[in-house]
Amino acid sequence: MFEEIKKSLKVSIWFMFLTFPIMVIKVNLTDKVIIWRWKNLILVGIGSFFLSFIWRYLLERKAKKAKKEEMGIGQTSIFLKIFNNPKYAKPLYIIFLLFILAFPFIFSMYQTNIMISALIYVMLGLGLNIVVGLAGLLDLGYVAFYAVGAYSYALLNYHFHINFWLALPIGGLLAAIFGIVLGFPVLRLRGDYLAIVTLGFGEIIRLILENWDEFSFGPSGISNIPRPSLFGINLGVKESTIFIYYLIVFMSIITIFVVNRLQNSRLGRAWIALREDEIACQAMGIDKTKTKLTAFALGATWAGFGGVIFAAKTTFINPASFTFLESAIILSIVVLGGMGSIQGVILAALIMILLPEYLRAFSDYRMLIFGASMVLMMVFRPEGLIPSSRRKYEYDPTKR
Amino acid sequence: MNKKEPILDVKNISMHFGGLKAVDKLSLQVYPDEIVALIGPNGAGKTTFFNCITGIYEPTLGDVFVLRDGKKRRLNGLKPNKVTELGLARTFQNIRIFSNMTVLENVMVGRHCRTKSWVIGAILRDKKTRQEEIETIEYSYNLLEKLDLHKFANEMAKNLPYGAQKKLEIARALATDPVLLLLDEPAAGLNPQETSELKDIINKIKEEEKISILLIEHDMKLVMNISDRVYVMESGRLLAQGTPREISQNPEVIKAYLGEEHA
Repeated sequence: MFEEIKKSLKVSIWFMFLTFPIMVIKVNLTDKVIIWRWKNLILVGIGSFFLSFIWRYLLERKAKKAKKEEMGIGQTSIFLKIFNNPKYAKPLYIIFLLFILAFPFIFSMYQTNIMISALIYVMLGLGLNIVVGLAGLLDLGYVAFYAVGAYSYALLNYHFHINFWLALPIGGLLAAIFGIVLGFPVLRLRGDYLAIVTLGFGEIIRLILENWDEFSFGPSGISNIPRPSLFGINLGVKESTIFIYYLIVFMSIITIFVVNRLQNSRLGRAWIALREDEIACQAMGIDKTKTKLTAFALGATWAGFGGVIFAAKTTFINPASFTFLESAIILSIVVLGGMGSIQGVILAALIMILLPEYLRAFSDYRMLIFGASMVLMMVFRPEGLIPSSRRKYEYDPTKR
Repeated sequence: MNKKEPILDVKNISMHFGGLKAVDKLSLQVYPDEIVALIGPNGAGKTTFFNCITGIYEPTLGDVFVLRDGKKRRLNGLKPNKVTELGLARTFQNIRIFSNMTVLENVMVGRHCRTKSWVIGAILRDKKTRQEEIETIEYSYNLLEKLDLHKFANEMAKNLPYGAQKKLEIARALATDPVLLLLDEPAAGLNPQETSELKDIINKIKEEEKISILLIEHDMKLVMNISDRVYVMESGRLLAQGTPREISQNPEVIKAYLGEEHA
């Protein structure tokens, strides 16, 4: 304890020294006087002392927990217990689903619109989860497929008047094809190198959209994209927002259903094996090429669907919606939620998109909070909010 | 016994890395129901040889043939997954299990090349896929039982003790339904009790599963005990071959292993 206090004191002195020039000295140029703000020095000292103390305490607690886990007496948090116990989890999911279904009637149009974007991100997160979480292929250009989806609806509609319902599968398919196109050159790459190439790919798509005016109308984008019609009836703004809301809820449920089935299948196991050890995975007879390309294609498909819905929701798209920052946000959703964990990705997507909307008061500090929470997450909970757990297979040898 | 056709027939393969001849004109045969050991000092090229025949490297010269279901196939230049499909399964010198999967899932991955379902099957989970999945689980569980690992079935593979992880690698390799099992230093790091258990497992695989085994090993007691024939490599070349008895009395082998004065 005494040792800890001493260490924290050292930290606080170091911080007071470091911040001295900016926090204490203030040069007033008009009056040519120097103002010494000693009060700030004390505040920095006390603040850094306490923060360092808490930091150390949390680290120690984490180390203790890890030790306990190693000895096999680790206890999962109440949070996880609820999630992993079907008795509690089921009603919880049902309540959550009912809440989601009733959402547009409880809250205003504005809130519903925010929820639509959050659910689009749920879909994007789950799609990227296939590539990054399951197959372990770090993809920093995922937003490119989102752009492909959005532009395929916008352009097909502009040139050929193709309606939303036809554009939805086409957008998904085109994104899947682009996934394979990206997949081929990066088959041999892994880790950092893969990340760099995918980052480049994302930028290439954005730059093409920005500069090829004849094709994509450049930075001014495409406007007047029609909202989806319901059996040929064109809906008003309010009705169609509600309609899009239910559409995206439906699509999210489909995504969850498909990703869940995929991850516990022969293909899902092959992806995870690929993530765990590429050489051993091949030695077990898994075709690396086919498995990787399938991961890229299936991951991209959801981004394509998301893009079509996004275009239909906003009725206007331009390349500014598909910057690297979007890729980074989708990737943080996957990492924060827990790689390969469906519940985790959903929770993280809702937090990442809804919190900034409802905390508009702190919007100046948004990036600061975002960065700080990322650092804290990686230090204290690197496995994500809800770590993925593998399926347990029940097999009773007596029932042969 | 040697009247039969060899299931693994390696003819004069060489593996060159630039000017270095890691494997130099090596020939080796493995016949059905036989345990063959490949020994040699460190750096003799044993693991490189394994990598050449399992498709991780493509040999510079020479041919590798495997016999499966009466058909002889050339393996040169095939990808590792094709080689596994044709019936060579291997383990690794440093354990390469899938640590974040359960033990049962590790073995289920081994069934990959003998099963078929793909995206549509996984999503629709139709009758055929379900049947295949049940068979995979059953097959894998039975394998775990044979190797006495079934009590760990739903554990994460990374939480297993070292000896069990080594056994799991063997179980996973067996799940690919091979004709020949290649073991790269299976006894490395095992204690005497585990080594003797490993010996029983290898014998059991040969007797019950009718799978031939080619192993690289440094534990001479184990090698002399279980193998029918032994090949000795030194700096990429074949130094000697014969029964364990012949090998243990071969002056050149003793020289290579123990140095001049013991010869």
